[in-house]
Amino acid sequence: MSRVSTAPLRLVTRDDRAVQLPSNSSLPSIESEAQLRGLLGALSGVDAVGAEARAAKLATRSLKKSTKLAALDLAISMVDLTTLEGADTPGRVTSLCAKALHPDANAPEVPSVAAVCVYPDLVAHARTVLGASTVKVAAVATAFPSGRASMAVKVLDVKEALDAGADEIDMVIDRGAFLAGRYGQVFDEVVAIKELCGATHLKVILEVGELKTYDNVRRASWLAMLAGADFIKTSTGKVGVSATLPTALVMLESVRDFAEATGLRVGVKVAGGIRSAKDALRYLVVVNETAGSSWLTPDGFRFGASSLLNDLLMQRLKQHRGAYVRPDEFSGD
Amino acid sequence: MAPTSAPTSSAATDVSDDLTQSRLGAMTYDPAPESAAIVTFRDAYGLFIDGRFTDPSSHDSFATINPATETVLARVALASASDVDVAVKAARRAYETTWSKLSGAQRAKYLYRIARLIQERSRELAVAETLDNGKPIRESRDVDVPLAAAHFFYYAGWADKLEFAGYGAKPTALGVAGQIIPWNFPLLMAAWKLAPALAAGNTCVLKPAETTPLTALLLAEILQQADLPPGVVNIITGDGTTGSALVDHPGVDKIAFTGSTEVGRLIQERVAASHKGLTLELGGKGANIVFEDAPVDEMIEGIIDGIFFNQGHVCCAGSRLLVQESIADDVLRRLVRRVDQLRVGDPLDKNTDVGAINSAAQLARINELAAYGEHEGATRYTSTCVLPDKGYWFAPTVFADVAQSHRIAREEIFGPVLSVLTFRTPDEAVAKANNTKYGLACGVWSEKGSRTLWVAQRLRAGVIWANTYNRFDPTSPFGGVRESGFGREGGRHGLEAYLDVH
Repeated sequence: MSRVSTAPLRLVTRDDRAVQLPSNSSLPSIESEAQLRGLLGALSGVDAVGAEARAAKLATRSLKKSTKLAALDLAISMVDLTTLEGADTPGRVTSLCAKALHPDANAPEVPSVAAVCVYPDLVAHARTVLGASTVKVAAVATAFPSGRASMAVKVLDVKEALDAGADEIDMVIDRGAFLAGRYGQVFDEVVAIKELCGATHLKVILEVGELKTYDNVRRASWLAMLAGADFIKTSTGKVGVSATLPTALVMLESVRDFAEATGLRVGVKVAGGIRSAKDALRYLVVVNETAGSSWLTPDGFRFGASSLLNDLLMQRLKQHRGAYVRPDEFSGD
Repeated sequence: MAPTSAPTSSAATDVSDDLTQSRLGAMTYDPAPESAAIVTFRDAYGLFIDGRFTDPSSHDSFATINPATETVLARVALASASDVDVAVKAARRAYETTWSKLSGAQRAKYLYRIARLIQERSRELAVAETLDNGKPIRESRDVDVPLAAAHFFYYAGWADKLEFAGYGAKPTALGVAGQIIPWNFPLLMAAWKLAPALAAGNTCVLKPAETTPLTALLLAEILQQADLPPGVVNIITGDGTTGSALVDHPGVDKIAFTGSTEVGRLIQERVAASHKGLTLELGGKGANIVFEDAPVDEMIEGIIDGIFFNQGHVCCAGSRLLVQESIADDVLRRLVRRVDQLRVGDPLDKNTDVGAINSAAQLARINELAAYGEHEGATRYTSTCVLPDKGYWFAPTVFADVAQSHRIAREEIFGPVLSVLTFRTPDEAVAKANNTKYGLACGVWSEKGSRTLWVAQRLRAGVIWANTYNRFDPTSPFGGVRESGFGREGGRHGLEAYLDVH
């Protein structure tokens, strides 16, 4: 898969994208690996100390009263409720879907979550349970979580998920190829998967815990966006370090700059290790003050999480009632 | 930075039109005020002399107000020359009978106590500072008060190790130090002055600024709590006449002053040909130099921190932005966008970025210089933020197309006003940065370490930050050259100002 270095790429066209775009938006045409390398190399570096200081400063924002309530409901609507275990069963997915549709059984006004996120073999079952609801089915594919498989296997993985009715595909990039500097290979893989997906939302997982540096996170973000990603996602949740606030900050700066440069809005999904409502609200503040409030929709930002949802519900009820309820007030799924 | 093949900016406009229709809309923050109830000011404060609050001989007093609301917080005593005399004599007595007799370890014990008490009462001190000064609670809580405690902790560590500071085998104290501090960091400047002076074995007479005396008076309560021997620190409130009397008092061995260059010059004239030691920390017109390979997002934050931290009431503020011409348009666009995001308003609100201007007089000076900037032909960008009706406020402002000859490029504005100039080569950047009568601080932004060092070696300024701005630490010496003053505060170097090193 080294098309980049040999022949011009087929570009992702405007119509393939899930978000309706302004008429004058355009992706730069990537004709060669050298050009791609030049584009990524021209990106500004990230000063790690400064980025972490900025994230820490934003984390001191204090959301109160109606802002807090609105933010909690917004966060609930942005959750990709996730189960990615070897022990997953149709029964487990059924109860997860029920939770996704009606997160709080006693409060019908609580919004549904954005999506349920499962392995490809459970997509069909989730699709059936969710029926015609607004909750999407997202499938992790392309040899998730390591991505260590041939392209043929990855393509088949995605095809099966799409055939089973997935609305969204969460693919992983080949971190080994990226770290070895084979940007063209990573680019081609994302382009190929996006072609398969068509109008189906494609989230590209960078696995920031393996990219290690913020410079790499920014380059990988731009690479994925240039290749046609609808979302860029921090992590699989399967390595030691997952989403962090400064990493999300760097990715949000990238999507903001990409939108300015191309007219294309790409979303950001943070995943792994986000368990408390307090953390979730901090991410929303970073979204608001970096990419802007127009990213504060389930099309612009997502949380990949499972236990986060119940803390959001508990904090929400606390805001309404003025006191905490027992954790067992909420279903454990 | 966007790729070079990026289309025009009109695309971005379309995107925002498209996206403002998002169904959940903008997240605006409800007020999140820190409670002012944690601090109770007395109706009136006397002078803190010899370990007690005493009435001034003249019974004169003046009001200190909250600049965000123009309400009176308390009345404080106006110390006359005779009060200064009493305070200096108390300090002398304490120096001769008590403080100079204590070992370094015993002095350290008191400094550690003061540091811990500042930490214990940190919320109270932060709220008091914000009320009296107008600075955002986020800054008084996260910067001023923790750093004040850190200075006492740091110099407590030096008190019993002075012979290892590099000033001879047995360095001795100077005696009585007269210390005059400004209104921009009232508690922190008190800590910068008192901690090294006490560690080195001096006793002190401290005069806080006229508009911000309250945290120094709370600190006086803390000194009582810490059982500091009477007279070791005396805190006398007042105006310029009080400071003048302190400078002229023959019983003072050392004057340390932080404030304006004009007043610093007067003090130096008055102290000349006396036995008194002198250190001055004066004004500045700091240059923040941005090269085209700077880490752009952090650089924008650094520019913002450099000039809008503490409403720009910072002697080392990065009030001149020198940006490489090749990226000037992009930097200005990003900067103006970011300035518009700054949250200006109630300083007690935990989400406020920029608070109130400290006084009507300072606001008048900022207004005058900003108006002059327009008159000189610079392009003005002012934040569209809504300013409160009461109090002293100035919307964050950026001037582009500024020339070296403009007043706003030469004079210290001491407010939230940034002047943007451009340069073409590193030589030109250095020449422009140094083309000022001041020399307090500069910033250099580049991902190329060799260039940063090349530039830093040629800048004539006491402090140079690389890829950051306005970072302070008790271990790091701070001070200026040329009309920004002389002497260092902080670090091992800060001890020299309070030791007999000759």
